[in-house]
Amino acid sequence: MSYQQGQFPVISKANLAKNIFDLTILCPEIAANTKPGQFVHIRVPGHILRRPISIAGFDAIKGTIRIIYEIRGEGTQILADLKAGDMIDILGPLGNGYILPERERRCVVVGGGIGVPPLLPVAEHFGANATAILGFRSAQAAILEKDFEKAGAKTILCTDDGTLGQKGFVTNALEQLLLSECPDCICACGPLVMLKKVAEIAAAHSIPCQVSLEERMACGVGACLGCAVQIRREGKEQYLHVCKDGPVFYSEEVVF
Amino acid sequence: MADLRVEIAGVSFKNPVIPASGAFGFGHEYEKLYPLSKLGGISVKGMTLNQKDGNPPPRIAETPMGMLNSVGLQNPGIDYFLEKELPYLAGKETRIIANVAGSTVEDCVTMVKKIEGSAVDMIELNISCPNVKQGGAAFGTSCESAAGITAAVRKATTKPLMVKLSPNVTDITAIAKAVESEGADAVSLINTLLGMRIDINSRRPVLKNNVGGMSGPAVFPIAVRMVWQVANAVQIPVVGMGGISSAEDAIEMMMAGASAVQVGAAIFTDPYAPVKIIDGISSWLDCKGIASVKDIVGTVQPW
Repeated sequence: MSYQQGQFPVISKANLAKNIFDLTILCPEIAANTKPGQFVHIRVPGHILRRPISIAGFDAIKGTIRIIYEIRGEGTQILADLKAGDMIDILGPLGNGYILPERERRCVVVGGGIGVPPLLPVAEHFGANATAILGFRSAQAAILEKDFEKAGAKTILCTDDGTLGQKGFVTNALEQLLLSECPDCICACGPLVMLKKVAEIAAAHSIPCQVSLEERMACGVGACLGCAVQIRREGKEQYLHVCKDGPVFYSEEVVF
Repeated sequence: MADLRVEIAGVSFKNPVIPASGAFGFGHEYEKLYPLSKLGGISVKGMTLNQKDGNPPPRIAETPMGMLNSVGLQNPGIDYFLEKELPYLAGKETRIIANVAGSTVEDCVTMVKKIEGSAVDMIELNISCPNVKQGGAAFGTSCESAAGITAAVRKATTKPLMVKLSPNVTDITAIAKAVESEGADAVSLINTLLGMRIDINSRRPVLKNNVGGMSGPAVFPIAVRMVWQVANAVQIPVVGMGGISSAEDAIEMMMAGASAVQVGAAIFTDPYAPVKIIDGISSWLDCKGIASVKDIVGTVQPW
């Protein structure tokens, strides 16, 4: 794992939905070393702790990465004010991404809300062999549907209120899909309750499943041991760390 | 170029800047960014006799210009450190400070006996961790228990012994004098201040441990005050820490009486903070025409 820290220019900014922003940042070395599922740790002016944000895209040729984040608190509120031409202080790429089999395999990605962006590079890896089940509160909150379609993924949209795609949860759509299909792997990112249900469904169908976890984080590199999550490994439950051991874990190991 | 070397308890440091225990692990994560040989020393992650799981998450909360942590001394145990981490660290051309945080006096004695004869340069006896139920700050909040554990550990080791003090006490100078009288070669301060945050929507504390140790720039003035008080109360060297995030902060802490400084939370904001602080101290001394960093220690002129 190789990471670096520095100031990098924001190339472009878009507003994808209410309070959700999309930045493209020029950082060639980080872009060249990124794998799907990794994250960057972003310094917020006036704040002590950096904010971990998943990487939604990377282009080694253009030397860019893409991050998509939602305003959740003071830190992301400040990051929301960034604009093209501003410099952003990034430490990354951090963590281990999804362990992806060869692209000829079939993968289902399951994303909920702001958990959707890190799954885009996974869908791009599998192209037409990917199925994306993406869930949002409503049509207004939906993001990246076109990007997943462009990646070649068969895309199933779900909303809580039925204003876009199916009405209901991604987990219902996943169960429905698995009645007729048997993918080689599932990759998920979203709220913990969603991940837990996805893990149960995957286990019932004996499909290997990886989930990306979040936890309050300080150093981002594995030194401070702040971002602990309980993981069952080698026959015992232990506290591993989202930043260094994760953020992606096999769901069968996670003590939900 | 100003002379940055300092000496504490007979141990020479190439410069006075040391990443603080708990902020730097065993060094691996930051060696990917800069050579550890740039650092004056490293105070490694606080260790216990046996491996320790630490506290349930969440363990981290941000505060205005600071943070809380309740990691709870998660560590692989002293044997793992001596076998797996120390041989690697010993070749890095920096001083290694072993932070020892046993839950009983006997554990601490056993640990320092294991360390005896190793490549460790100095022991930092942690009697001030606020995040564990046994040991930790329980030792550091009364003069009797602080003196008792210091005396026991002193008898068990020939390594230079530094005792890390808790700020969560009525009079830190009394604790400092108590450990000095029982043979401590130096004191380091301050450990974190006990704090708490509550999520007003869930009415739950942000930390699963309810309370945690506060660090970061917000605690810096308290740390400067305590270092100044302790440096005026004891004859042994003081290593100052608590919210240092710039070279100016480090210089201020040294003027208050610290012979060296430790840097903790600032590393989370900027992983290069220790290196930038070293370079900044050097530039400042050159700019002021001061030959040695030792010449600024304790030079504050109180009103």
